[in-house]
Amino acid sequence: MRWVWALLPLGFGLALWQAAVMVLQVPHFILPGPARVAGALWENRALLAENAVVTVTEVLVGLALGAVLGWATAIGLALSPPARRLVRPLLVFSQAVPVFALAPIFTLWFGYGMGSKVAMALLIIYFPVTSAFFDALVSTPPAWLQQARVMGAGPVRVMWHVRIPAALPGLLSGLRLAAVYAPIGAIIGEWVGASRGLGYLMLLANGRAKIDLMFATVIVVAVLTLALHRVVDALANRLEAGRRG
Amino acid sequence: MTAPPGLCFSGRVLAGAVEILAPVELRVPAGQWTCLLGASGVGKSTLLQCFAGLGDGLVLDGTAGATDGRALAGRVAMMAQADLLMPWLSVRENVMLGARLRGVRGDKGRAVELLRRVGLEALAERRPSALSGGQRQRAALARTLYEDRPVVLLDEPFSALDVATRARMQELAAEVLRGRTVLHVTHDPAEAARLGERVFVLTDQGLSEVATDEGQPMPRPPDDGETLAVTGRLTRLLLDAA
Repeated sequence: MRWVWALLPLGFGLALWQAAVMVLQVPHFILPGPARVAGALWENRALLAENAVVTVTEVLVGLALGAVLGWATAIGLALSPPARRLVRPLLVFSQAVPVFALAPIFTLWFGYGMGSKVAMALLIIYFPVTSAFFDALVSTPPAWLQQARVMGAGPVRVMWHVRIPAALPGLLSGLRLAAVYAPIGAIIGEWVGASRGLGYLMLLANGRAKIDLMFATVIVVAVLTLALHRVVDALANRLEAGRRG
Repeated sequence: MTAPPGLCFSGRVLAGAVEILAPVELRVPAGQWTCLLGASGVGKSTLLQCFAGLGDGLVLDGTAGATDGRALAGRVAMMAQADLLMPWLSVRENVMLGARLRGVRGDKGRAVELLRRVGLEALAERRPSALSGGQRQRAALARTLYEDRPVVLLDEPFSALDVATRARMQELAAEVLRGRTVLHVTHDPAEAARLGERVFVLTDQGLSEVATDEGQPMPRPPDDGETLAVTGRLTRLLLDAA
């Protein structure tokens, strides 16, 4: 019975959408109804799948690189107070620059292909990943650190055997956020300049007044993002359960 | 284990401009069990930590070291009120944590032997979350023993346990730590009367030594007349100081 309750909000949303179309008498080139969009989804399934593969690849590569880079930065900052003083203000500043503004520059630097989209996805997740993990790394219970010191551990082994495992929840919460942000980065990258991918397909459909295809693309993006979030969340929950024992 | 040194402390501890341990002098005899009794906030844990390495922001204005003049680093093990078991490691891995942290191969056989000694061999591969409070403290004791250090610092390790568990833990600790230099910080007069071969009381007025029942080897029975009398004297001292 649980799946019924899971599907109920979806059905309610679709009904609301259909009702809006019927009551407001909106022309279908402004707001197509769910049936029309479903039709467009089915008709364009090959086109959507082909472009989805591109976007998903960008998202996954960006997610992996951004996460690894973010974790490495967090560990570096946690190990070295001078690095912290030097780099942290820069990190915060990088967050003040709107990513949208950087997209054209990234296209210039990394080209029209996947490189610039991966860079966008990476940039958008880098800060949340770094800061969530860093905050967790510097809040190890002081008594654990003192115990490790008394046992004769150096800073690197304390990091590896105490601080990182203790900070795992922070690492995972950053990763959960990243799973939702990374697709945004890739899509922005594709809007600014691309010849493939779901973001590109959205603009193409919009330009050709194929609004039903545009909605279909938006739905694919949303579903993919949700799926990615689910996968990462399940993975994170497993890791956390293993840690607690 | 090398021959245990005595400990000597002389000085005060500052946190910025605030004095959190007033000037005091303490000599802990080698190879004996010394209790340091005092009310909360009087600085007794801070004094103990001077031998283990002070936390951030605390400064020792004075000296804390071994009576043989050699450095204490690598010769001290510590056990606190919080068991400090790592939740992601098994009980046995927690016992061998020191080896892991020093990057040397752990001695699995010895860890299991120590767990047997504290009565936990059946739980060796379980996670700490599966253990009761008393069992967790026994695991912490096994971890302390695994370090095999001549000096052992105890920071109220039994204060969170119920009365019966505490009494059993006191006996176990007394048995397995015999022959080492033990500095045991506690706020429980009965505990000091049972375990202390030397007992010092730290109050706002300073440090004073209280005679214990030297005829009776420790751990003394908790219901022994002389032990109860010492408990009473210690309690009176703490009361008068408060």
